[in-house]
Amino acid sequence: MSHYQHSHLDELENEGIYVMREVAAQFERPVLLFSGGKDSIVMFYLALKAFHPGRIPFPLMHVDTGHNFPETIAFRDQLVSKYKAELIIGSVQESIDSGRVKEETGPDASRNALQTVTLLDTLKKHQVDAALGGGRRDEEKARAKERFFSHRDSFGQWDPKNQRPELWNIFNGRKNMGESFRVFPLSNWTEMDVWQYIAREDIDIPNLYFAHERKVFNRRGVWLADTDFVNRMDEEELVSKVVRFRTIGDATCTGAVLSEAKSMDDIIQEVASARQTERGNRHDDKRSETAMEDRKRQGYF
Amino acid sequence: MGDKNRTNTASDYEKMDMLRFTTAGSVDDGKSTLIGRLLYDSKSIFEDQMEAIEKTSRSSGEEEVNLALLTDGLKAEREQKITIDVAYRYFATPRRKFIIADTPGHTQYTRNMVTGASTADLAIILVDASKGLLTQSRRHAFISTLLRIPHLVVAVNKMDLVEYDEQAFNAIKEEFRNFAKKLDVGEVTFIPISALKGDNVVDKSENMSWYQGSTLLYHLEQVEVDRGYNAIDFRLPVQYVIRPHQDFRGFSGRIASGRIKPGDEVMVLPSKTTTKVKDIVTRDHNLSQAQYGDSVTLTMEDEVDISRGDMIVRRNNVPTQSQHIDAYLCWMNEEALELGKNYLLQHTSQVVSMQVETIHYRMNVDTLSQEDTPRLALNEIGRVQITTSKALFIDPYKINKITGSFIVIDPASNVTVGAGIIRKQAEAQLTKQTVSPNVVWEPWNIPREQREARNGHPAKVLWFTGPSGSGKTTIAQALEQKLWAASKQTILLDGDQVRHGLCGDLGFSPEERTENIRRVGHLAKLFYEHGNIVLCSFVSPYAKDRDAVKALFSEADFVELYVQSSIETRLQRDPKGLYAKAKSGEITGIHGYDLAFEEPSSPDFVLNTDENNPQELVQKVFEGIFG
Repeated sequence: MSHYQHSHLDELENEGIYVMREVAAQFERPVLLFSGGKDSIVMFYLALKAFHPGRIPFPLMHVDTGHNFPETIAFRDQLVSKYKAELIIGSVQESIDSGRVKEETGPDASRNALQTVTLLDTLKKHQVDAALGGGRRDEEKARAKERFFSHRDSFGQWDPKNQRPELWNIFNGRKNMGESFRVFPLSNWTEMDVWQYIAREDIDIPNLYFAHERKVFNRRGVWLADTDFVNRMDEEELVSKVVRFRTIGDATCTGAVLSEAKSMDDIIQEVASARQTERGNRHDDKRSETAMEDRKRQGYF
Repeated sequence: MGDKNRTNTASDYEKMDMLRFTTAGSVDDGKSTLIGRLLYDSKSIFEDQMEAIEKTSRSSGEEEVNLALLTDGLKAEREQKITIDVAYRYFATPRRKFIIADTPGHTQYTRNMVTGASTADLAIILVDASKGLLTQSRRHAFISTLLRIPHLVVAVNKMDLVEYDEQAFNAIKEEFRNFAKKLDVGEVTFIPISALKGDNVVDKSENMSWYQGSTLLYHLEQVEVDRGYNAIDFRLPVQYVIRPHQDFRGFSGRIASGRIKPGDEVMVLPSKTTTKVKDIVTRDHNLSQAQYGDSVTLTMEDEVDISRGDMIVRRNNVPTQSQHIDAYLCWMNEEALELGKNYLLQHTSQVVSMQVETIHYRMNVDTLSQEDTPRLALNEIGRVQITTSKALFIDPYKINKITGSFIVIDPASNVTVGAGIIRKQAEAQLTKQTVSPNVVWEPWNIPREQREARNGHPAKVLWFTGPSGSGKTTIAQALEQKLWAASKQTILLDGDQVRHGLCGDLGFSPEERTENIRRVGHLAKLFYEHGNIVLCSFVSPYAKDRDAVKALFSEADFVELYVQSSIETRLQRDPKGLYAKAKSGEITGIHGYDLAFEEPSSPDFVLNTDENNPQELVQKVFEGIFG
């Protein structure tokens, strides 16, 4: 064995596990932000590997908009009970009830933007000093400059112009009182890497990712699921389609794609030939050209 | 989840590997366009991304779609049309996944280039064919070499502007080769391209039939990925200890270099305990061996005490353990590096206190010349000597990138302010450990700068060296009187002050003289930190001892004065009767008489007391230093 033999997935996995362990070692109260989406599932899986045979030494944290697909919540609860993980839930509904945020109105009303307040409140309440997020640099141009260890000021905000340089594999997690970090172990993964890894490792994911029949309607080119949380307008016709979701977020803003992909291999094929980024179906990014960067500065995931 | 056996997905992606490369170029070299081109022609750009940049190109009134917009992410960049930070981009071909660290090329951003280069397997240096090799290209080449990126590609861009002329390409190639002679460059590949038109980026150019080599993308796909890893020397910095119950104790980390298998004998640093590896545990199954790059958990045959910051190695192949490090340091902060200031140093899984003792020189990254400097400012690279509060387990960066690199952190702001590349353990200038074990530096309660401000003058150390009877103390005393009269805070140290108390246990053997001077050096340092002008009058016959003292201070604050006089004068003066005793054979070992006195090679002042009277010399020194 004279040659370095790692595949790209091995390399990414080794790096992700390394980051997980750095977080556990450098911080006092980390959490793993868990949405039930594929990225957070992969992150959870890397944490299982990082601390085996021990338990994951930090809780999961889910910011629940109250507008999740029921399948997501069921998946989350099943996973938590199977692996005896600790789960912290931050509720957007509670933030609304307590007057911390105001519910949006109108047909495009979404709780997506409100999550930021709930997230920051929940992190503060639990004195979290490092929140592991599933963000990837390939997702969106503002994320391309994100560090693995991303420093947040005492208001939880990101200053893209004042980031710490990050060299080699040395991660500087030092901070002053009240400040915190967001840590992104999947920084170097692409959507394709995530799918390939899920396939290789045979990781369970919510069935929303696979093609299924569902009642949907089309809004400005995006297929939205018919749920109690979306204000469908009269002219928006409800149709039954075979669809799947490329990302799983709030039901109000996560669009479905028309797809026949029923297996992992089908999905990988589909992703390989996709002509749209996965966030192309996210309503929230379409609000303005720098929508993502604006939200990140405020403390979004 | 993952509890079943892995599915048999014999898909091609299982065989893919990964290449990390960095691109560096000036604002106008067309770097962003090149990356845009790579992404576009390799079909890694999605429709919605393309639509977004088409829209932006149109709204800023550009005719063609500006591929550079794909990489220039942040708002400010789009406004100023420049790239301001390292941005990471991803694309893949069926053979390989690529990570691009896109770094800006402006003068002020050496820091970003170093950051991008730190993880790269390959560097693309962009040269504008119409402009030739600019300062910046040289800088990129130097930094790539300093960070030991295994493969260099010089992409001669904008060939369309020079009518695809072979001579233009060859001239740049020749020029680069000449420059590279000064560098320790590995493999260099030259490729003529036009990022704007697409020549030789992904598809072979029809405009340059004279070029027989690979296209850029083909080269990126074919080049061997060896990561510059070291497959020989086993090093596992311990990151985390897993202890779910009494019966399991696992030591986790990412193998920095070398290989390991169960049954191998290992040694733990710093305790030097030896044991054998029992198992290499992963969640999937125990491994029969593991190698560099693997994140693993080891269990040991014996119950050994190992914690984060320790390093697991082989008994017969250990890194250097040292508190004194000779390193290149790239400074990354607006606040310049301060000599003698306490910083934190993060190396593998350890964080320790450190001080920079000496800046040997600053590297002029454009001319590759070495320049004297009292400080390192943002984006400057210097060779320094560092002392740490605790021994580190180091290897030269050349041999091991992971155990050979570190970052410097400002303890006040917690910001990463420097990146270090270890050359080797520093020559032991000091005979004993300068820091006792378990002593952590605390910054001075009242910093020297505040004391200096109140005193109204800077602190200094004036070191008078010369054989006995040369007139050191006479001059030092007169000078101190003069300084005192001018309301300066002073103290004069000479043999009489220290030999009776602090160094009362020492004789005059070479070792004891060395120790005597070492103690005096640190005593002077304390007075110096207290804001004093410290005058030290000591024979100090050995150059290495004087240099060790000198290394404790910044160059500007340490003044070496060589006091000279002929042997005849000294025998005649003989203030302590030493020469008389030596003559009579009562004693031996007088430096400058029967033993050598090592003259300073470049003292700040040479004071000859044969030719000048003390008052003149005092005046000369006073004006020279304080005038």
